[in-house]
Amino acid sequence: MPSTSQRLDVIFAALADSTRRAILARLAAGQASVNELSRPFAMSQPAISKHLKVLERAGLISRGQDRQRRPRRLEAKRLKEATEWLERYRQLWEANFQRLDTLLDELNAEELATAELKNKEKKQRRSKRRRRESNDTQHAI
Amino acid sequence: MTHSTPSRGTLKVTTPSDREIVMTRVFNAPRRVVFEAFNKPELLKRWLLGPPGWEMVVCEVAAKAGDKYRYEWRNTDGTQFGTGGVCVEMAPPERIVCTERMDGRPGESRLTTVFNENAGKTTFTMTMLFESRERRDEALKSGMEKGVAISYDRLEEMLSTMERGAAKS
Repeated sequence: MPSTSQRLDVIFAALADSTRRAILARLAAGQASVNELSRPFAMSQPAISKHLKVLERAGLISRGQDRQRRPRRLEAKRLKEATEWLERYRQLWEANFQRLDTLLDELNAEELATAELKNKEKKQRRSKRRRRESNDTQHAI
Repeated sequence: MTHSTPSRGTLKVTTPSDREIVMTRVFNAPRRVVFEAFNKPELLKRWLLGPPGWEMVVCEVAAKAGDKYRYEWRNTDGTQFGTGGVCVEMAPPERIVCTERMDGRPGESRLTTVFNENAGKTTFTMTMLFESRERRDEALKSGMEKGVAISYDRLEEMLSTMERGAAKS
């Protein structure tokens, strides 16, 4: 009996491919035959069958009873085992990053305010200088 | 099935190989600002907290390659947790490479953080490379151990998130 860790490796490896994830997403909507599954992917049936084998070995899909169609269906429990880990991990970090979003908004606003203040000061200095210069010119006259 | 479009990038977590975890997220700020938020203790303490109830009590950051860093958190029940390591590369505001050892857990991992700026937004990518797949899986499990309470009924949403992520890449 393989360990949980080994089982998860097989599942994660199976999930590391975008076509296989798309197949799982399709099967989440209901079971489908190999023929039906190969249609949206612009792939030959043997190519799709290869992907299905990987998913089957990982226990992520199984075959239905209908002998002719052999429809594949999602083994949601198995997928949950892997996605729960990833999803919990993701949620933990997402909570951190949402706090960071708020902080970045603050920092952005502060920076904007500082830039505006500097601009204002610059303008003031410039107009002061201009006034001084025009005074000097008047004195010179 | 409807999905609300997040105003910012939602965090994507992937496992591209047996020994890696990769996190990607977009932040609505220039990378200079994001980099600061990752490297200034007074800023880090405000967001790097984990589940509710945890407070960051030690935050020593590395300024350059060769420096050590150390983070510690304390829970309201008194539980303490810490992590730290050595900075290998510090290239503000683009890239940080460091090692990490978590308290009470064997092994060391290598974290490579990259900040890419585009049109005033920053894409953050952190690659965590572990010594083995067992260590990697233990790190993934840590999210569970820390007791984050979330719903189990998110399979479909998860799948479509993965799907949208795959379509984008």
